[in-house]
Amino acid sequence: MAQERTAAIVGVYEYPLRVAPGISAMEVKIESIAQALADAGLEWSDVDGLYDAGDGEAGGGLQLAAYLGINPTVIDTTQVGGSSYEFHAAHAVRDIAAGKCKVAVLSYGSTSASNRVAIGTGGRVSPAPNWQQNMESPYGSTLISNYAMVKQRHMHEYGTTTEQLAGISVATRKHAMRNPEAVKAMTDLQFVGVREITVEDVLESRIVADPLHLLECCMISDGGGAVVIASAEIARNCKKPPVWIIGSGEATKYLENNGDITTSAAAQSGPIAFQEAGINPSEIDIAMIYDSFSITVAVCLEDLGFCAKGEVGDYVANGRLAFDVKGTPALNTDGGGLSSNHPGMRGIFLLFEAARQLRGESTSQVEGAKLAVAHGNGGLLGGTHTGGTIILAKD
Amino acid sequence: MPNRPQPRFPEPNTEYFWEGCKEGELRYQVNDATGEVVFYPRMHDPKTGSRDLSWKVSKGEGTIYTFSVVRQNRMPNFIDLGAYSVAYIDLDEGFRIMSTIVGVDNPTEDISIGQRVRVEFEKQDEGEYPIPVFRPI
Repeated sequence: MAQERTAAIVGVYEYPLRVAPGISAMEVKIESIAQALADAGLEWSDVDGLYDAGDGEAGGGLQLAAYLGINPTVIDTTQVGGSSYEFHAAHAVRDIAAGKCKVAVLSYGSTSASNRVAIGTGGRVSPAPNWQQNMESPYGSTLISNYAMVKQRHMHEYGTTTEQLAGISVATRKHAMRNPEAVKAMTDLQFVGVREITVEDVLESRIVADPLHLLECCMISDGGGAVVIASAEIARNCKKPPVWIIGSGEATKYLENNGDITTSAAAQSGPIAFQEAGINPSEIDIAMIYDSFSITVAVCLEDLGFCAKGEVGDYVANGRLAFDVKGTPALNTDGGGLSSNHPGMRGIFLLFEAARQLRGESTSQVEGAKLAVAHGNGGLLGGTHTGGTIILAKD
Repeated sequence: MPNRPQPRFPEPNTEYFWEGCKEGELRYQVNDATGEVVFYPRMHDPKTGSRDLSWKVSKGEGTIYTFSVVRQNRMPNFIDLGAYSVAYIDLDEGFRIMSTIVGVDNPTEDISIGQRVRVEFEKQDEGEYPIPVFRPI
């Protein structure tokens, strides 16, 4: 392979709790940064690049460095929803390649579960009047109904069925049951039946917004974590083997007259990332795809090129993307947002599990895994959203 | 009468659209140079950046592009509404609008993609702006 290896993930830490009453988002971030640096064998004072999506009580570009007590040479506060961390990783690699920093830290902390934030079914009202909201707020479109409209159109256009897409939930839950932190998450969040699920379970679960069933929807948890990305020189001397970032792509998509709602921003970000990495989707061992909902995974798999548009139903049916099925990439092997961790912006967790797989540390380890993709989707699929694609390679 | 959230002003992009709703008109913009339809209302044509736009009035008929039936919304305006539809409608003039489908007994059974619909302006309990909604033709 001829890709550039200029920067790598050298440290990761996923905050273990998904229900953490009394813990602040900043506590989650600080604990996670310290642990991710320890994972890498680096020091607090080594950090010279700060990437932050503005979460937490003292987050953002102005406050966070002061609170941490570091003097970064790069501050990047890109906030594009749940895919912010794929954008951050892409920017960190570029900044490291340009010599602007050597040790980049991305962190996330959230208390969505303890604060009872109704991410999927609450209203979304901006403080000031806004052109888009003025056109949409009268209709009570929830976050979930945006995704549901994508699924409805996909089913109409391609004959995709809930039974097929349930394969995503089934495979993901299988992985979650092997991950003790995911099991604890589902237990603490009082899931009905902390066990493997079947296609029938998904079909029989209640509908939240037609045609999306409850077991096609992610959880709302507390949590967070941190990632350390370092230059090649530093990465080679860290505690664990480096996980190289070999390609990245960024995109946005929004409502357009005569637009195709079943195609996401991944259709732009994916090809850019794969081209830079010099590999094809068929070579990917681990597919970490933002699973806010089953349909998010489905549409992004198509757009990233794992299968043709309209063919994802067969591609994911019957749990084909489980870690122990040969010949297909393993999907969301940590248990995903559906069954392990989703405090609102899941993008950072995609990087954690991709790194764990390529280090051989996953609870659903794919033997010999060499290449992974992490694709984050931020905002509202079907409406205004972003796509961030990161391709990762084992050392 | 329903009590949907009202548009809020000042908001220069959408104000003329909403004034139109008071007149029973579904207004949209076109680029004077290219004739391209511009919607949602905006200060510029997103394809070219041109700010030379004119307003037109739609005939108000179109086709359902996709929809969902919302079973759960914690917003006070919707919490007691029961299941209701949210849809994208492709107007015959070539623009797509988010709205809801009214005049159906059971939104999960009686709405389908491709269905023909016509706009009407739904008076609200509170607030001066009627809301454009669509009814199957």
